[in-house]
This record gives sequence, C-alpha cells and structure tokens, in this order.
Amino acid sequence: MKKIVVAKTGNEAMAEAMRQINPDVVAAYPITPATEVVQIFSGFVADGRVDTEFVPAESEHSALSACVGAAAAGGRVMTSTASQGLALMHEVLFIAAGLRLPIVICEVNRALAGPINIHCDHSDTMASRDSGWLQIYSENSQEAYDNTIQAMKIAEKVFLPAIVSVDAFIISHSMERLEILPDDEVRSFIGEHRKPYDLLDIAHPITLGGLDLQDYFFEHKRQEIEAMKEAKTAVIEVGKEFGEKFGTSYGFFEEYRMDGADIAIIALGSTAGTSKVVVDTLRAKGMKVGLFKIRVFRPFAFEEIKKSLEHIKAIGVLDRADGMSSIGGPVFHEIRSSLYESEKRPFITNYIYGLGGRDIFPKDIETVYRELNEIAEKDEVKNLINYIGVRE
Amino acid sequence: MPSLKQLSSEKDLFASGHRACAGCAASIILRQVALVAGKNTVFVGATGCMEVVSTIFPYTAWKVPFLHNAFENSAATASGIESIYRSLKKRGKITKKINVIAFGGDGGTYDIGFQSLSGAMERRHNMLYLCYNNEAYMNTGIQRSSATPYGAHTTTSPAGTVIPGKQQFPKDLTEAIAAHDIPYLAQAAPHNWADFTKKVEKALSIEGPTFINVLSACPLGWVYPTHLSIKISKLAAETCFWPLYEVENGIHKINFRPKEKKPLLEWIKLQGRFRHLLSEHNKHIIEEAQKEVDRKWDRLLKMAEAKI
Repeated sequence: MKKIVVAKTGNEAMAEAMRQINPDVVAAYPITPATEVVQIFSGFVADGRVDTEFVPAESEHSALSACVGAAAAGGRVMTSTASQGLALMHEVLFIAAGLRLPIVICEVNRALAGPINIHCDHSDTMASRDSGWLQIYSENSQEAYDNTIQAMKIAEKVFLPAIVSVDAFIISHSMERLEILPDDEVRSFIGEHRKPYDLLDIAHPITLGGLDLQDYFFEHKRQEIEAMKEAKTAVIEVGKEFGEKFGTSYGFFEEYRMDGADIAIIALGSTAGTSKVVVDTLRAKGMKVGLFKIRVFRPFAFEEIKKSLEHIKAIGVLDRADGMSSIGGPVFHEIRSSLYESEKRPFITNYIYGLGGRDIFPKDIETVYRELNEIAEKDEVKNLINYIGVRE
Repeated sequence: MPSLKQLSSEKDLFASGHRACAGCAASIILRQVALVAGKNTVFVGATGCMEVVSTIFPYTAWKVPFLHNAFENSAATASGIESIYRSLKKRGKITKKINVIAFGGDGGTYDIGFQSLSGAMERRHNMLYLCYNNEAYMNTGIQRSSATPYGAHTTTSPAGTVIPGKQQFPKDLTEAIAAHDIPYLAQAAPHNWADFTKKVEKALSIEGPTFINVLSACPLGWVYPTHLSIKISKLAAETCFWPLYEVENGIHKINFRPKEKKPLLEWIKLQGRFRHLLSEHNKHIIEEAQKEVDRKWDRLLKMAEAKI
C-alpha cells in the first residue's frame, strides 16, 4: 500500500480525512481555529472531489441540527467546530446521542469564554463530556487524521456520535509530517454506511424524537449507556484493525516508557508530545518516569486505567480545563475514581495548566516530575491541586 | 386540487387519537396539510403543542415519517433531510419525489426558531415551512410571543391594574419571510379549507423554499368555547386582522376580500383574552388595534393593486 507523505496542519489533516470519508452531508459553520476545516472542505465540494451536499448553516446550532436531520434520514454525516460553536451545539449534542445518530465532529479545542479567548484549552470538550458523544483526543496531525477515520467507523458500529479533537493552533495550525492513506483503502476500512434509521424510507414510516415520558425515557437512556459500554469494545477492535491494515494500532491510551516507572504524568492532546521529550531526558538521568496519554476520554476505560496505573507511586494529572468544582479538573476526578478500589492507591495530584493557550514548557513538566518524585519519596502530598505557569 | 369529498375519503396521515384539546385548530391544520401532502412526505415538528400531542412514546399520530429534534431548529433539521434527499437523488439512489415539511408554533417560528427559519429560507432548501400561529406559547401555559396581539392577556403579559395586557403589536412574520424573496409564501386559516389546501398544494409543487403562516385558534389560550374555533378563525379574516393572501415571486395577491370589513371588536369580544379591553377605560386600546389593522390592510391592498 502506498502512503503519501505530506506536510499538513491538524486542520488540513482532518479535512483530508473528511474528503476521503466522503460523507453524504456536511453542515457546518466556521469558527476560529476550526474555520479551515470547513473552508478546505467546501473547496473539495466546489471542485467536485466529494459527493457531499454542503450545508453552510447560519450557526453551529443549526449546523448540528441539520446533521441530525440528515443522519436520521440515513446519511453519513460530519461537521466541524470549536469552543463557542460546540457550546452553541450543546443542546443538540444530547439529542444526536439520544437518537443514536453516528455523526462525527472534527473539533478544535479552544477555551470557552469568558473572557473571550481563541487559544487552546479543553474547557469546550470537557463541558460536553456527559453528552453521550465519544471523545478522542489527538496528540498531533497524524493522530487527528487517523482518529477521524476510526471515529466514523466506531460511531457507526455502536450508533453513537463522536468528537475527534486537536489542540487549538498548537496542532490545528502547525505543519507536521503526515502519512495519508490511499482513498480506496480508507473507504474500504470504514465500509458501507451503517444507518440506524431512514426517514426517507417512506414505505416504512417511523416517528423519531417523540415525547418520551416517565414510562420509557429511562429504558432508552439505559440503552444509550449500554451503547457507550459497547463503544469500549468498538474502540479497541477498530484501533487494532487500523494497526493491522495501516501499521499503527490505537487503544484507549498510550503508555510511554511506563515500564518500571515509579511516577507518571497523565496528559491529553499535544502536551503528551511535549511530555515525551521530558520523559526521555529524565530517563537518561536515571529517573523512573513515564507518560500515560489518554486518547479516548469517552468512553472512559476505568478498569484498564486502574490496571495500568495502580503500581505507580505518584501520579500527576495534567488538566487543560478546570471543572470549576473548587477541587480540580475533570481528568483528575476520573483518574482518582478509577483507582479508588485499588489496594495500592497511588498518590494522585492535579496540575491545571495552559488555560486560554498559556504555553506549557518542558521545564514545567520537569518540575511536575520532580514534585511527584518528592511525593513518592516522602509519602506525602503537599498540594493536591496545583496551577502551572499562572501569576498569583 | 382535490375536492373536499375526495379529501374526506382519503386515509388520514395525521391520525385520530392524538391528545390535542377539544377545538384545537392546529390539529385540524396538520390533518389538512398531511392529506394534501400525501404519504411521500417527511415531517419535522418543532417542540410545542403539536409535537407533544402527537408523539407520546410508544404512540404516534403520524402515518408518515416524522422527526422532532428541538424547539428552535425544525427548519435547520428539515434542511438536513432535504440535503440528504437531494444528495441521494443526484446520485440516482432515490427516484420518487419526497416532500419535506417543517412546522412549528409561533414560539418555534416567530421567536426562538426565527434564525433557523431565516437560514433555511436563504439557503434555498426545497421545503415547506408551516407555522401554526396560535399567538402565544400555549404549550408552556399561554405566555406572550411576538405573535401575540396588542392588548391580549397572557400569563407573561397579564391584564393587570396598571398594564392592560400585551403592550406591543405583533411581528409581521409573513412579510419578514417575504423579505427573503422566496418563490412562494402565504397566510391562511383553517376555516377556509379550500384556500388553505390550495396553498399547501401550490407550495409543494414549487421548487425552492416556501412558507405558510396559518392562524390557529386556541380555545384554551384565547379563552372561548371549543365549538367556536372555526367561527373565530373566519372572523379574523373578515375583520382583516388576518388577511388571507399569498406572495408569489414577490407579487402580493389577496385571496379573500370581505364584502364588508367587520369591526375588529367582533373578533375581540368573543375571546376572554381580550375581556379587559371591553371596559370603558381600555377603549383606546381597541381603537389603536383597529387603526393598526386598517393601516396594514390598506398597505396590503396597495401592494396587491400595484402588483408588488
């Protein structure tokens, strides 16, 4: 199989994956820093390189609403957004998931206002984490591309929608080496479109989205919960198949030099890449450090994470969003919850960082490892919640 | 167009057994629309009375495909369905003509769904949007909307001792949609079934976005006995409060001109929501309302005469 090697930004990589997927309908509204995805894709439409009907909606709310209509009418459907756009879609996110429509959003992680900001943090997708959408975070352009392709297949396997995200500007606008698969290989990997319903099948009329009261709503939600559990199997199957066909396998998470590690950092997205450099440096100095990168945040791999992390002495969870709970970020809570039943519960501290695009440097990550080292040595946590690189 | 006899022998596609109130005009409207549109039609309904009464799981009144998404997005949702239909048709995967009809109440159309409707009309989707305008948020318990008439009592524009009901004239949504320069739009009311069904048929035969604003009398919110819905609907047209007209390719045409324009009071006095206006010290409100009806009717006459 001939892969083409090009230089592409995260946005270009996701748009390229969308072109290869060739959805029936894309309904979208531009927003910084995801604008390019929609722009590039409308170029594909204008040049006849896809069969897609492009709906240039007048808002993200309408964009996702049109996606719901198109998916319910049997189409393979995608869109793209970021931040405020995802927030405006919020109402419809739950509806798309509740109606079990396998829509894929190429998302660029940007801070939610206010104050308004256009740069990276994860507050947008973290605010959508309970909406019933799968969430796959990408470390770089290659992963953004690979994840978009896999997300479409996973979504159609379990009839749940999926968000694939990249960090604003850091990945969305950075040119990186990208291996592109042949169009026909991508299409055969994803396979024939699997649709949960077809409103256009007028010989078999259905009513969808009707009023669901105390007597049935819970059963429908219970099925949705079950689908999210099944999505765990689908994520693994699709990630494995992707590896067999194209060379790189994917799972819930990536363990980077975790063998024999005493302390570890947990990160999502581009910061995982920065952390790998630090891990290499510290390992060279003899420190037993590792990086645990979470790729799939929804569904959350509780059991697997517990198994992988319970032998670690001290864990620092890097959260690029604060849940405004007064006690740390969303990833921190999930990780602590995963390890609650472990016999040897590691020390787990939280580092809130990078809000509104504040850079995180290797030296910051090195400081985290040094603090974790101290915790492991002294068996004592000084600060449970920490903030990196903020003036206070 | 089919005769009343033909229509009455057709099998209902909006079936009986739904849970609308006695005397609800909106259910009559949807039944007529479904009969005219036929089974090759997909409906999208906004959150509101008609969605609630017709789709309580596991039952449905719809014998044609029906989708409810949310309150403010039935036009956007329908634009997605129309797009996939167009995509499949272009690629020869579907051959028959399928109508896409989105509907909402005045809440879902005039107010919260206005942007979504405007976007869908501007994008020129081949769909009919139908507003059943019962002039307030009836589903949540009769709150004022931008379609509520001047002076009307609603639960959020109550007739108080200081403020006598709604203080604003209704938004002229029909003309706002006309400003989108779509190929066809109309105002209608269910008492004149021939005019209404003809308009639905015409709208569905036209390529591109079409819009019909249908006045939908509501016994509960307008406060009148349930058997008066059709009479009140008729009076709305006869007083020229709700002119029956259409705009085809930008040209206004009046479909019903009363021989003698009845005073607005005749329509008002049958409805409890205007009861407070009948007292002497609120007389000026009826006069102002009458003046506004006259102004708008004269304007419409002039437009029709000038063929604009």
